[in-house]
Amino acid sequence: MEHIVIIGNGIAGVTAARHIRKLSDKKITIISSETQYFFSRTALMYVYMGHMKFEHTQPYENHFWKKNRIDLIQGLVTQINTADKSVLLEDGQSIPYNKLIIATGSKPNKFGWPGQELEGVQGLYSKQDLDLLEKNAPNNTFCKRAVIVGGGLIGIELAEMLRTRNIPVTFLVRENSFWNGVLPSGESQMINEHILEHHIDLRLNATLKEIVADENGRVKSVVLAETGEEIPCNSVGLTAGVTPNIDFLKDSGIALGRGVKVNRFLETNITDVYAIGDCAEQHQAIGNRRPVEAVWYTGRMMGETLAQTICGNKKEYNPGHWFNSAKFLDIEYQTYGWVFPEKKKKENETHFHWRHTREKNCITIAFDRDSKQLLGINTFGIRLRHQVIDQWLNEKRDIDFVMAHLADANFDPEFYRTYENDIISKFNADFGKSIKPKKKSLKRIFQLG
Amino acid sequence: MALTGQPPKSLSLNQKLATVLGMMGMGILLLATFNVAFPNKTLWLTVSLLAISFGTIWFSWDAYSKKLPGIKNDGVWFKSISSRGLWGWMAGLALTGFYIILYFYPEYLGQVNGGENKGVIALFDPLSKLLSGNPASQWFVYGTLYTVAILIFGVKFLWKYRHNRYERLRTFSVMFFQLAFAFIIPEVMARLNGDKILEGGSLPYYDLKSVWPLNYYNFEGYRIKGFLSSGDIGFALLIFGILSIFVITPILTYRYGKRWYCSWVCGCGGLAETAGDAFRQLSDKSLNAWKIERWVVHSVVVFVTLMTTAVVYSYLGTDTNKYWLTKSTFLIGVTVLLTLVFGWVMIFKRAQLQKDAQYGAIGYFVIIITLIGFHFLSGEGQVFLFKSETLRKTYSFLIGSIFSGVIGTGFYPIFGSRVWCRFGCPMAAILGFQQRLFSRFRITTNGGQCISCGNCSTYCEMGIDVRAYAQKGENIVRASCVGCGICSAVCPRGVLKLENGPLEGRIDSNQILLSNDVDLMSLVNQK
Repeated sequence: MEHIVIIGNGIAGVTAARHIRKLSDKKITIISSETQYFFSRTALMYVYMGHMKFEHTQPYENHFWKKNRIDLIQGLVTQINTADKSVLLEDGQSIPYNKLIIATGSKPNKFGWPGQELEGVQGLYSKQDLDLLEKNAPNNTFCKRAVIVGGGLIGIELAEMLRTRNIPVTFLVRENSFWNGVLPSGESQMINEHILEHHIDLRLNATLKEIVADENGRVKSVVLAETGEEIPCNSVGLTAGVTPNIDFLKDSGIALGRGVKVNRFLETNITDVYAIGDCAEQHQAIGNRRPVEAVWYTGRMMGETLAQTICGNKKEYNPGHWFNSAKFLDIEYQTYGWVFPEKKKKENETHFHWRHTREKNCITIAFDRDSKQLLGINTFGIRLRHQVIDQWLNEKRDIDFVMAHLADANFDPEFYRTYENDIISKFNADFGKSIKPKKKSLKRIFQLG
Repeated sequence: MALTGQPPKSLSLNQKLATVLGMMGMGILLLATFNVAFPNKTLWLTVSLLAISFGTIWFSWDAYSKKLPGIKNDGVWFKSISSRGLWGWMAGLALTGFYIILYFYPEYLGQVNGGENKGVIALFDPLSKLLSGNPASQWFVYGTLYTVAILIFGVKFLWKYRHNRYERLRTFSVMFFQLAFAFIIPEVMARLNGDKILEGGSLPYYDLKSVWPLNYYNFEGYRIKGFLSSGDIGFALLIFGILSIFVITPILTYRYGKRWYCSWVCGCGGLAETAGDAFRQLSDKSLNAWKIERWVVHSVVVFVTLMTTAVVYSYLGTDTNKYWLTKSTFLIGVTVLLTLVFGWVMIFKRAQLQKDAQYGAIGYFVIIITLIGFHFLSGEGQVFLFKSETLRKTYSFLIGSIFSGVIGTGFYPIFGSRVWCRFGCPMAAILGFQQRLFSRFRITTNGGQCISCGNCSTYCEMGIDVRAYAQKGENIVRASCVGCGICSAVCPRGVLKLENGPLEGRIDSNQILLSNDVDLMSLVNQK
């Protein structure tokens, strides 16, 4: 029986395993050094916040794996021997494979800051990081202040986590506005305001010079590069992005770039070795996507695709329209298609932006200046129906159609206030149009008759 | 209710003071229970209820009003009271003890048969006399405290979910129905008894929103007598009771799912959603629990059907000249109705039932029909082998008291807030059956946005593993879903939406993870 060995039990590896099991009878082994069972990485924050226990982050009951004949090994792979097709574990065990899937995910970036290895300094990615945070910042008497370095999704999540324990937080963001390498300025500005509302000491245009140790080798403060200001703190979170977790592959003969180099079939340069998820790097970027996509959904899609290939249905990784979502403290964010920030957008990408006068709701719609075709939508504090937007992108709908049918795309809970009329009248004013909103139609939404 | 510890589980000074105030209110009730004589009952009852109310509301105000609107489940699993810690067990024991005394030893509360009330029941006399003109009973004390609990914890819930209009409207609704329909209207209706308007008759205590079979005693002989003796109003109420289960609930459940009842109107649901909200995360989400739930709750439906049939049968006559509905016509009617429902499901909806549900349905149908047939074959005598009175008493004890009260509410801090609704309520089971097979309601999963975080499953009070569906892109159409909307509220990625829509494509077991390769999805969905 063919033996499929998967390194990594995150969403990519586990999805691949599940689908291989659906399609075949192959022997499947998942190796992970992190945890015994699959858990949702994105949910770790809720464990620290007390919303869930760790076991709640596990999507499958423990008996699931045995029932589906997916063998789990908790151990660290130190070496891959592609010549005799085996992986070597830290404890000396050697596991032979017929096909190998590398799905080892990411690790937090560390940019060589002085003091980055001190006690009390950590990233936030793994279950181990979560346990460490419980040690470094259990409460606000032990941790009188925490400093977070890096203004991205993990940074703001870490800030939210620490604030639930009333730990004062200083948040260092290199850019002049939060996450404005991804978000257009109006949205980024709204999030800046929301961060301050949560009593987080947001420092824009601020980079880390060094982390200073006390006499015991623990962090005692950080020093800012721009001003030289020293901020006393007991814990430092390094959240300046992630990078593929592939150090153990250095001498394996598998071609590496930033991540494990793969083609569209998710094959590496070595036969029968594949890579998926955060750690895979496409030779050629797909559309506007980045070569390395460290996102939950893409990990899942790669897992689904590769399972087909491994079970004899050779398939290219062919993701559809880009989408993503996040939550910034209390504000939900969704994005579909492409909405680029000012500094990255092409000339033909026109933005329409609306923001509520009092509440924290806003929307940005990107469309082509000439063809008027919808390029993408960002919403904050408004939920959108994925299926409707996906359909509009497929049908290459123009902005006028999108504005008129905006009510169809709303996915907020029933009885929520809707903002379509406000949004459309601002659009009409901005672009000299006279579009009238159409009423929400179940017929259109559910594509009946 | 950890009084010490670190944020987010520690209590602020305001919350500590509020707790003391609330406990003082409870203390008055406790002293009254031990027959401490309060000179001015009206005053002391008012003081007690106000102290409890203000304590709770003050506590919640401090917990939520200073925070920005949003999901605030911080520390739920650190706090002893909400994570089956010491306080949780103590609260569970106290509540269970209260229910045991309430149902089985009301004399300890001051109930005196044929005499004047004593103890805490006597403390409630002034309020009861104000409403109905009669002295209080243990049920009046219970009803008052129940209503107060829904109102004050309703206020807490309104603060907690002030950003969510669905939750707010739903909570106003349960607060209104409890206060008006369960509490005030029946009490005031009691004033009509003996009045001309009822032709001198006397109506049974009737919470209009409590539908058979939740209100399992609604068609018992003494109530039918009461209805029929009370003129047109009494007759109308009886007809309303029958229409409620056979016409009104099916229509509303078809349109909106069973939520219109279970989380908008029902008193049990009302308490679970307000006072029970702090415990919703304690429900068991395992597959095993789901299996047990399906067998237990449907067995209760069968039990209540048999029991009610037997009870109604027992007081009907045999002479068609006296009244058109006789023992035999009634039994034939029940048989026809059950056969129609069974036939409809087996012919049109079988594909939507799991194997064990099919076996269960067939098994139960055969049992009921055999029992009825047995009766006809054996001639006169008791129906269903047992005396109807035995069946009624057993049901009332096991289901009406032990299950819905002692376990259902007493164990809130241990098993979560909807144990009764999930495992025991025959009404919920019947509505759930309709919801699964014939309703426009579903929880739509938003394409591919699920990140499997587990907030939805964790906070589902009915123990539905919502995530199991959401992460596959499937809609959630579960019989047990009461439509509280919390899964949708706690979802950090906007994945879930409760909505009513066309039946077509409502239950789609295909995986629809959007923004994926279309060809790939068709492969994935090959079975």
